[in-house]
Amino acid sequence: MADISANFLGIKSPNPFWLASAPPTDKKINVLRAFEAGWGGVVWKTLGSQVKNVSSRYSSVNFNNTRMMGFNNIELISDRPLQINLDEIRECVRLFPDRAMIVSLMADNDKQSWHDIIAKVEDTGAHGIELNFGCPHGMTERGMGAAVGQDPEIAKMVVEWVMEKATIPVITKLTPNVHSVVPTGKAVVEAGTDALSLINTIQSVTGIDLDTLVPNPYVAGKSVFGGYCGPAVKPIALKMLTTIAQNPVTSKVPVSGIGGISTWKDAVEFMLLGSTTVQVCTAVMKHGFRIVEDMCEGLNNWMDEKGFATINDFIGKSVQNITHWEDLDINYHIVANINQDKCIHCGLCYIACEDTSHQSINLTYGKPYNTYSIKEEECVGCNLCKLVCPVEDCITMVEQRKGNEYLNWKEFQLRGLPLNDH
Amino acid sequence: MIESNRLTAEQYEQNFSDIHPPFENKEAALVEANRCLFCYDAPCIKQCPTSINIPKFIKQITTDNIKGSAHTIFDSNIFGGGCSKVCPVEKLCEGSCVYNLLHEAPIPIAKLQRYSTEKAIRDKWKLFERKPSNGLKVAVVGAGPAGLSCAHVLSRHGVDVTVFEKESKGGGLMTYGIAAYKVTPSFCQDEVDFILSLGGIEIKYDHELGKDISIEELQKNYDAVYLGIGVGLANKLNIPGEELQGVEDAIGFIYDIRTKGYPNISVGDRVAVIGMGMTAIDAATQAKRLGAKEVTMVYRRTEAQKNCTQHELDIALLDGCKMQWLAAPREVIGENGRVTALVCDIMTLGATDHSGKPAPEPTGQTITLEVDMVIKATGQNPFTDLINKNGIENNRGKVAVKDNAVTNIDGVFAGGDCVNGGKEVVDAVQAGKDGAAAILNFLQPKNIASIHQLNSYSTDERIATQQPML
Ligand SMILES: Cc1cc2nc3c(=O)[nH]c(=O)nc-3n(C[C@H](O)[C@H](O)[C@H](O)COP(=O)(O)OP(=O)(O)OC[C@H]3O[C@@H](n4cnc5c(N)ncnc54)[C@H](O)[C@@H]3O)c2cc1C
Ligand SMILES: Cc1cc2nc3c(=O)[nH]c(=O)nc-3n(C[C@H](O)[C@H](O)[C@H](O)COP(=O)(O)O)c2cc1C
Ligand code: SF4
Ligand code: SF4
Repeated sequence: MADISANFLGIKSPNPFWLASAPPTDKKINVLRAFEAGWGGVVWKTLGSQVKNVSSRYSSVNFNNTRMMGFNNIELISDRPLQINLDEIRECVRLFPDRAMIVSLMADNDKQSWHDIIAKVEDTGAHGIELNFGCPHGMTERGMGAAVGQDPEIAKMVVEWVMEKATIPVITKLTPNVHSVVPTGKAVVEAGTDALSLINTIQSVTGIDLDTLVPNPYVAGKSVFGGYCGPAVKPIALKMLTTIAQNPVTSKVPVSGIGGISTWKDAVEFMLLGSTTVQVCTAVMKHGFRIVEDMCEGLNNWMDEKGFATINDFIGKSVQNITHWEDLDINYHIVANINQDKCIHCGLCYIACEDTSHQSINLTYGKPYNTYSIKEEECVGCNLCKLVCPVEDCITMVEQRKGNEYLNWKEFQLRGLPLNDH
Repeated sequence: MIESNRLTAEQYEQNFSDIHPPFENKEAALVEANRCLFCYDAPCIKQCPTSINIPKFIKQITTDNIKGSAHTIFDSNIFGGGCSKVCPVEKLCEGSCVYNLLHEAPIPIAKLQRYSTEKAIRDKWKLFERKPSNGLKVAVVGAGPAGLSCAHVLSRHGVDVTVFEKESKGGGLMTYGIAAYKVTPSFCQDEVDFILSLGGIEIKYDHELGKDISIEELQKNYDAVYLGIGVGLANKLNIPGEELQGVEDAIGFIYDIRTKGYPNISVGDRVAVIGMGMTAIDAATQAKRLGAKEVTMVYRRTEAQKNCTQHELDIALLDGCKMQWLAAPREVIGENGRVTALVCDIMTLGATDHSGKPAPEPTGQTITLEVDMVIKATGQNPFTDLINKNGIENNRGKVAVKDNAVTNIDGVFAGGDCVNGGKEVVDAVQAGKDGAAAILNFLQPKNIASIHQLNSYSTDERIATQQPML
């Protein structure tokens, strides 16, 4: 059995699965239930400035009957009295001393407010602090949340205030509502943050009610931009994570990965791109805390299969495999191949290639079943057909190199090699 | 003993309730609709005799475009509502769904089709607009699926159609023949009303060709004539005892079920049904559901040669009907003019005959079934006399046609059961469309473009002729 425990800046947790700062972590009842279910740690719902939430707060994108493929919220930070939160945090730490307890903070924009709240949080026995520089709605109108994270200078200043005071590890949570997360990431690492976490939610409009013409979520006839998360944002989060892992400054600190994680596989992908722990919100808001069971078991089985004894054995292993386009090998060429025994004759590969790719699939009429085959000489190896094919491993891409040696674009040009003629 | 009123009202209701219930709610429909892969040049379309664009109408359910979905269905098949309840889909669209190749349940195409069409019929959606009347007049004989399908296409093209129907209701065998647990009389009425709501179609009920009207008259008063008269009663057995009281014709038996009310239909205690086609199954299951204690289906070949689908046979078996394979009726025995037994030759299978099936041959042994009722369902008799009297070329009563619809008499067209000898509703609907196309062709030799538009979804041809598509 592999060891799936995590050690994040000395903060230990029995597994790398934490709950992200959000409603699942906003009070003792939830957090104790989460710990009982097996979650390795929590980032307590953001505390700080005084707020009041509205209803409704959520909306979602249902894609072909998959509910909450994307999830959206306009909730602000915790609107419960600070003292109640602090008392409950203390109690949770006492009852589950082996779990990670991070408290998310977003104080008013002055040094004293930050120092005051840090002192109170440290007094609860919490293990770490996460700075919420990412909330993209509401708080930004007061110059907080994403408004801080979007401006490297301001972010740097706030982190400096925090580092003056904090004695426990500080994680800075980045906003994805920027063209690149690196500038703010760099600024806060230089200001001394101990770690980074990303991503927070992405500003969005999830949809419009076609009867009332009011976008959702609906609040008395109006709506506002919300924060998008859930499975839909995972690819964006992974990309942003990669840029942090590849930058010489930001790669120095540990990262807690967030954004669309629902399964152990999602988590492993975040870890392969440099996350030491991962945080989950939408998936538990949809299914409850019980999903952590399969996350632990799946991770364990995969690590055993691959021969990884601890999570450190594979964290960051895929970072080096994302390179520059110019370094890709142009001689690498693949062509599609259809396994006729597996093919169910749905024609999806044909119409995709015919209408939108390179007209490389033959259709031989049959009643009721047509036969499809690849015109190898036409196939550019884009693999669209493989993606649309509903049968696992029915279309495979077969390597047919154009040349033996590695050849990148620069070299290709230097040698004046021929371009496509059609 | 042959008796009516064998069951309570609740029992009748339960026995004749919808055999394929609809989706309970939208969510259930969406789960299935979203499973559809949206195949290209889909096999299900090719296996639908009316070529309904199935993936498209299913996709339209998923986009909350039920009106569009219903339009897609009705555009190809104006009986799309009834067909969703009566089509033997296991051998048509659903039988070819690619999920079968994955050994997964096929998409419930009929149920989804019912989902869209039922709403359209219930809420009387106006999905079609007829072109302004062009002054052309066509007479259609028979208000069954073939006749009304033909009439609908013609009216959409601005032709004024008069339908002559010998019965007092429209729908043909849909109304008078199909098993009561598949379609209710009120649904059949609503479906006919929905078809007629287009306008331009007048039905003259209680007008029988050969009695109240003649083909010459119609030819004189109309620009063209379409015959969609179906086929008649069940074939005779031509065995001794056939005239005894208790020997019934399946078509008449079912006609009574559909028109007289269940408690008024008499069935025996022990019933033999002769034949193994769809009609035989319907007669057997409905006899059982009317309260017969024992129903035995008698077929001269084996299960492998049956004419019904496995699905239909399973319905009969689940209803508790017994199967007597390899038995050919030889004589009906009676006492005091009433049936008491059916004597059958026990058969064995010999060489393949003209039907392509192994010929049953007597073994010399017999079996006697003690029954008090015998229902004949060994194929239906075409209206041979009527056809012959009018000089219409035919093949043992089945009207002979060229190009799917053209008879030997100029300006007279035909389709449906009266041509094919008795297939399914969906075949008759396509025959009606083909008939309309042929009639428009006949009436406006130079202008058939509009018809092509109407039948634009004919992938077979397109792909066969234009492949590869550029
Ligand atoms: C018992 C039974 C069960 C069946 N079950 C199914 C099933 O489950 N699914 C399925 O798809 N198909 C089923 N069928 C077949 C289906 O009903 C027919 O294929 C279809 O109805 C044929 O349509 P049609 O318009 O050609 O003929 P019909 O439906 O027979 O319509 C012909 C019309 O013409 C009228 N008519 C006849 N003669 C004259 C005349 N001289 N003058 C004026 N009007 C006349 C008739 O009254 C009738 O209304 C079944 C058939 C039977 C007998
Ligand atoms: C309803 C809701 C409230 C949230 N509140 C906070 C918050 O108070 N502080 C914070 O840092 N992030 C907050 N988030 C963002 C999540 O912590 C997380 O970064 C984001 O949802 C992406 O993860 P996911 O795809 O697993 O949901 C909230 C998210 C949701 C859905
Ligand atoms: S998409 Fe796959 S299953 Fe469908 S026709 Fe192409 S190869 Fe066959
Ligand atoms: S064959 Fe099946 S999956 Fe493909 S379009 Fe038809 S119903 Fe859908």
